[in-house]
This record gives sequence, C-alpha cells and structure tokens, in this order.
Amino acid sequence: MKFSLTRLLAILRARLREFYRDTASWAWNLLMPVLILIGFAFIFSGDTQPLYRLAVIGDPQLMDSLLRDADFVERIRLSPTARDQALVKLQRHQYDLLLDVTVEPPRYWINSQSDKGRVMEQLLLNRPAVNDGRFQRAEVSGKDLRYVDWVMPGVLAMNMMFSCLWGVGWVVVRYRKNGVLRRLQATPLTAFEFLSAQVLARMVIVVFVTSAVIIGANALVGFVMRGSWWTLALVFTTGALCLTSLGLIVATRLKTEEVAEGLLNLMSWPMMILSGVWFSMESAHPVAQAISAALPLTWLVDAARRVMLDGAGVAEVAGDLMLMSLTTLLLLGVSARLFRWS
Amino acid sequence: MTVLLEAIDLIKDYPGLRAVDGIRFAVEAGSCYGLLGPNGAGKTTTMEMLEGLTPLDGGEIRYRGRPVDTGFRHEIGIQFQETALLERQTVMEALELFAAFYERRADVGALIRRCRLEEFLDRDTRKLSGGQRQRLLLAIALVNDPALVFLDEPTTGLDPQSRRNFWSLIEDIKHEGKTVLLTTHYMEEAYRLCDRIAIVDRGRIIIEGEPDALLAEHFAATVIRLPLSAIETGRSLPPEIQRVDGRYELFTDDVPAAIARLESLGASLSDCQITAPTLEDLFLKLTGHALRQ
Repeated sequence: MKFSLTRLLAILRARLREFYRDTASWAWNLLMPVLILIGFAFIFSGDTQPLYRLAVIGDPQLMDSLLRDADFVERIRLSPTARDQALVKLQRHQYDLLLDVTVEPPRYWINSQSDKGRVMEQLLLNRPAVNDGRFQRAEVSGKDLRYVDWVMPGVLAMNMMFSCLWGVGWVVVRYRKNGVLRRLQATPLTAFEFLSAQVLARMVIVVFVTSAVIIGANALVGFVMRGSWWTLALVFTTGALCLTSLGLIVATRLKTEEVAEGLLNLMSWPMMILSGVWFSMESAHPVAQAISAALPLTWLVDAARRVMLDGAGVAEVAGDLMLMSLTTLLLLGVSARLFRWS
Repeated sequence: MTVLLEAIDLIKDYPGLRAVDGIRFAVEAGSCYGLLGPNGAGKTTTMEMLEGLTPLDGGEIRYRGRPVDTGFRHEIGIQFQETALLERQTVMEALELFAAFYERRADVGALIRRCRLEEFLDRDTRKLSGGQRQRLLLAIALVNDPALVFLDEPTTGLDPQSRRNFWSLIEDIKHEGKTVLLTTHYMEEAYRLCDRIAIVDRGRIIIEGEPDALLAEHFAATVIRLPLSAIETGRSLPPEIQRVDGRYELFTDDVPAAIARLESLGASLSDCQITAPTLEDLFLKLTGHALRQ
C-alpha cells in the first residue's frame, strides 16, 4: 500500500488529542520533574556535604597512601586523558583538589574560589609524600555549582525517558490488548504510517513538556545554562528519538499491559539509577560504569550536562549524538520488522 | 447475479485445533449472506480470514473473481464483534478519523442521518449506550462507502428494541445494493436479514442455502409442541411424535389431522404451541445440539 501523509496526520492528530485531553496525565508529566527539582533545591540548600574530594591522575600507590587516615576524604583515581574534564569539575567545585603525578614536575590544582580546596591543600602539603618541594601549584576559578544545577539535565532527560518509553511502549500494547490495533489493521492504514505517527506524536509531546518544565524550573529554582539552546534542543530531540524507538521495541508484539509494564520497568529503572541522573558514576564499581556507558539515557544525560554546565557545542557532543542516532536507526529497523497488529 | 466474494476450502489451524476446516461458499453481489452457528463454531475466524486479518493455512479467497489484493481493504467495511476506538474522541472525531484513512469517502452527513448519530455527535465515544455504540461502529464500517460490509455478531448484547432498530439499518444497507456478510447466533436475525445462510459447526459448513428452502426441505410446514406433562407417562407414542429438549414435538403439513391424532392419544392440548419451524430447529436437527449451547 502506498504511503499516505493524510492517514499519518489523521492518526497523529487522534493520538495528540488523546494526550491533551488526558489532563491528569500531562499535568503529572509537567509537575513531577518540577517538584523533584524544587525538592532537591530545598534539600541541598545548606552546605551539608561533609566529604572532601581529591582526584588523582596516575600512580595508584601514591593515591592509596595519601590521606589514608582521613576517612572524610573521598579519593578518585583518574587516567591522564581525563585531565581536562577533571579541571572542569574542579571549576564546578565537584572536586576540591586535583593532583597529577604523570607530568614532570608533578602538579596540583585548586579552585581559588573554594574554601574546601584551600583546606585540602593544607591537608596535602602536610604529608611527606607531597611536601618535598617538587609539586607545582596551579589554580582554576569557578563558582560553586548547586546540586540542583547539576541534576537538572538528568531530571529533564529522565522525564523524557519515562514519557518516551511508557507513552509509546505501554500505550501501543494497550491499543493491542483492547482491540484498537485490530480495528486500525482493518483499514488501509499501514504499520509504517501508524508507528511513524506514534513517534511524531511523542516528539511533539516531549518538546511541549520539556519546554514547559524548563520554563517552570527556571522561574521557580533557576538553573545554569552555559551552552546554546539550539544545541540542547538537538541533544534532547536526538535523545527523545532514541528513547522512543526503544519504547517501540516493547510495542512490537506484547499483548498485555502487565508484561509491558514489567519490561518497561526493567528498562527504565537501571537507566534511572545507572545513567548518572542523580549522582556521578565515576566512583562507582567498574562493572556499573561499563553498564552505565552502554545505556542510552547516559549518552543523553552526559551530552545535555555538557551543553548546560560546560557550554559544549555540537562538535563536543557529536559522539553522544552519533551513538543515539545509530541506536535509533537500529531500533526503528528492528521494530518495523517485528511489529504485529495483533 | 455475479459472485462478489468466494471462500474456497478455507483452513485455519491453531495448536491442537482445526478452527476452520474446508469452508467453501460464494456471496452474490447485493445479497446478504449469513454464517450461523454457536460460539466457537469458527464463524469469526472465517470472517477474519475473509477480511484479510487472519492468515490462511489453506484455501483461497477471491474477490470479484480474482485473488484479493491490497486494494481490497479500500472496498470493504468491517464491524467487529468486539472492538475499541482511540480514547478521548467524540463520535464526530471518530468518524472523521476513519474517513481520513480512505481515498473514497461516503457523505458523512448522510451517514450520520442514516445511522441516527445526530443526537450524540459531540459525545465522548466511551460514554455511548450499547445501541449508540453499535450504530457508530456501523457508520465507521460504512465511512468509505464499501461494496462489501462484514458484520460480525452486530447485535450481540443489545436489548430487543435496539436489535430491531439495528436490523432496519442493515436492511437499508441491503436496499442500497451493498453486499453484506453477517455472522450471528440469533436465528431470527438470520431469517429476517439473510438471502442465503450457511450453518457452521465445528469449523465446517453443515448446510447452506436460502433459509425458507432449507426449512421446507427439512421440515413439514408446522410444528406442534407440547409439554411432557400433556401426555400420560408410559403411553406408547407413534414415531412422528418426538421427545426433544424437554418437550414433545410433532411436525406436520395437516394441523387438524395432527390435533385429532394427539386427542386420540389422550393428550392435553391446553398448553400446546403451533408454530412454523425455525432455523434453530434446523440446527438442532442437523447437529443434535442447540445453537446457544
């Protein structure tokens, strides 16, 4: 059957109508992320974090020996390739001191605007391993980043993930169970037109909800946005397409909402926990880090965070964009092949 | 008359069950053809194979003398036994949605009037009564002005009044010259609407033809029914008086003679019923079990 834009637009309109007339559903889509952000802004409004964070590049033995008795210091070992990223984190007050022993002479950096950095410096210089005059001091500067600023890209991406997975995966399975798909199958509407309409409808919904959440969160708690809005829009659109195509995989054949719910939970919970939405994964177990690196939500959160917090441009997030685009193409191809109306 | 649709030796297998076992019939253009049978007989599976929704395990379907192709879906209208529509849309929006799927469209205004949808056009489709919902589903089935309309148990669950109203709608469709393929387990419905019927049981057609011709072929013109209490227990009865389904039945072309015969046997006629045989009687005779079992 030939492709028909009229049929696609008709089913797209009907799906959007279903969404915007479901007041409770879209109100929850808008409110939940804003409430989470307000909650975090409130919880972390005081200076209550007790840990000092020391990042060390190279020489694990030195790292192990340094400040071993200071259990209030979290030590993070980094590879030399992570230096630039570590300096950015130092600027954001995510590290208190960065030590690099792979260069000659060895060097440490602190943030000149960080009191905790100066405390860490004093602690470190009192240790014989460092206090031998070899270490060069360097400074970076940057304002402290609130947790709410750091978590904002993650919350936006997580909200998008739930919307894309459930709004496509669960909804299409419900259509199949209650006979809507069978009724549509009896018309000239093709599977391609139907699935395309579902993806497009979800994109419209995600754009609307994410824009509203950004405006609401900015008005209520404010947040840091150092990059271009266009780059962020590109990152979110690519991420939403990737997550929607993941939702389509669930939608291809399942016949009951209960099974779909189980599968969607199985997908969404690991991503919610391991994709760096709430906390950085760099101190996590290597296996957890490897799993995290393979999750689409991680690519989206990382890219959005770099645009929003570091001011990254398209070229700097091209890797994540490429990964999400290729995954989208792969999942769409598999979905189109597996899809059954009934 | 030309044959519009042909089912040729259709077969459908499910694990451990042959649901459709060599069904073969032809539907003439402009006629109403009925598939009758109890629940689970294979009517709906046959219908879905003809509609192109369930793949065939054997046999062939021909439309206008040719194997069905992709254009077939534009020429048919379907009303399912059970179906759901997209949620949170009005009756008018549901009609417009389905109309947009087809290149050829019926006059929606005329369709609304014919199916009597005017009073609830702006109502959410989830808030319709059973009769209103069936009328909407019929209107959706007709939205592309189809040549062939499939109606699968269209009046199941409706009250008698709504059922009769719905029959009038189907008669209107027939009068327009459309071809109707109907499944039902209501014999009265089949008798009133269908030009030809096929009685299906356990996946096979057990008899096929025009309703009146089938009844005339298998029964005398009248059936007299008596309760068991009408005849003294233990009395020897002639073979033409049969005990069926908890009562006595006597088929006859000569009612006065049959009454005289019953009186000679000492039967009490105070509760006797004298009616014409029905398709239900035919089904019972051919299969040994009632349609609704």
